[in-house]
Amino acid sequence: MADNAQGPDRPVERVMPDHAIARGDIGAAARLMSDLDDEVPAARAQLRQLFPLTGRAHVIGVTGAPGSGKSTLVDQLVGAFRQRGDTVGVVAIDPSSPFGGGAILGDRLRMQRHSVDEGVFVRSLASRGYLGGLSRSTGDIIDVMDVMGKTVIIVETVGVGQDEIDIMRFADTVLVVQVPGLGDDVQAIKAGLLEIASIFVVNKSDLDGADQVVRDLESMLSTKTLRPGIATPGIVKVQATRGRGIAELVEAVDRHRSDSHGSDGMQTRHRRLEHRFYECLREALFAEACRRFKGSAAAERILAELRDRRIDPSSAATAAIEQIVGWAS
Amino acid sequence: MKRRRVVRVLLGKPGLDGHDRGIKILAQALKDVGVEVIYTGLHQSVAQIALTAVQEDVDVIGVSILSGAHMTLVPELLGQLNALGAGDKKVVVGGFIPDRDDRAQLEAVGAAKVFDQDVPITETVSTIISLAD
Repeated sequence: MADNAQGPDRPVERVMPDHAIARGDIGAAARLMSDLDDEVPAARAQLRQLFPLTGRAHVIGVTGAPGSGKSTLVDQLVGAFRQRGDTVGVVAIDPSSPFGGGAILGDRLRMQRHSVDEGVFVRSLASRGYLGGLSRSTGDIIDVMDVMGKTVIIVETVGVGQDEIDIMRFADTVLVVQVPGLGDDVQAIKAGLLEIASIFVVNKSDLDGADQVVRDLESMLSTKTLRPGIATPGIVKVQATRGRGIAELVEAVDRHRSDSHGSDGMQTRHRRLEHRFYECLREALFAEACRRFKGSAAAERILAELRDRRIDPSSAATAAIEQIVGWAS
Repeated sequence: MKRRRVVRVLLGKPGLDGHDRGIKILAQALKDVGVEVIYTGLHQSVAQIALTAVQEDVDVIGVSILSGAHMTLVPELLGQLNALGAGDKKVVVGGFIPDRDDRAQLEAVGAAKVFDQDVPITETVSTIISLAD
């Protein structure tokens, strides 16, 4: 079991389920991950049983543009965390094809030196049409790694969009990777990705323009009004392919971690859990509403009015909700 | 209920040969029919491939070997998978296995399929999919 079992997120009295995955059965963990990814109902029941064992790991998100060196950076971070005795889980997400749904998951290509290390577990996930840089299952997979006793879990997002911000719902510390040559200082003040950073990592620091990226970020941060209780993100220059700057980055992650272990950090973690709850609620409600609505007489009437453009989509939805809620009460 | 809806396949190149064009084409072809391909790249040890297959919970492991070391590497891989309790994962072999006797012998010791290099890619893909079911 993990040594940080007395982490700040743990109420004292909790019955700890005894389970093969918590005892180190890698195959069982891997199969549960597949079942969660495939939305097998029995897997959900299993996770329900295991959930009290979660909340111990430090979750680090890594996001940034394609080719910015996320996987190489993750590889280096795994090495650094392992060296000081952490056990590490990695969730690496790559996009699914919009045609046919297949995927080529190649993130772990850069991390294969860790594949024979018993203290490291890497799982590749396809986004399966889920937007926001993660897969629908990402939160569940993090939970399973947490149950496995991994003390650090690193989540590498797809890395395509400027609004790939879902990682902030799951990560205690978010690293946003920037590289030279991708845009000017206006890119740095735009909304989205940059606002979720706990730490900016300027990778490929050997390239021309790296210092300019740092200056742009510094200038953006100095003129930005930070939300109360949120520390100014640090900026760390690294050259991931050579391991340069990794020690400084790990230090910055540690600093952020200890800063966020106060009551503010606890509140943030609770907010994140509640957000996950509301996401589940939203999906379940929507599925239930559709189940009741589709094929009903009211549906036929409302959709016919919509097709004739006598009613707009938003009003049609309101009318549908009135019907659905009416049936429920 | 079928446990698995999405087929997951590991593709990797064990040993020292650097020819990865074929396996990349196969990766694309599998992706195009909806398979999630975990591509581990070149110069993998047998242990790396076996442990990766367990962590990624793949249905099929495809190894491409053009170095001539298939009679060593494939039995080693099958042995390590068994030792890890993952003997149910299917192993298919491609690349350049010119000797018909070698192909038969690898299948006899537990490889699910050894592809001759003139098998059309559509057939390779459909064989892998059917092995996953």
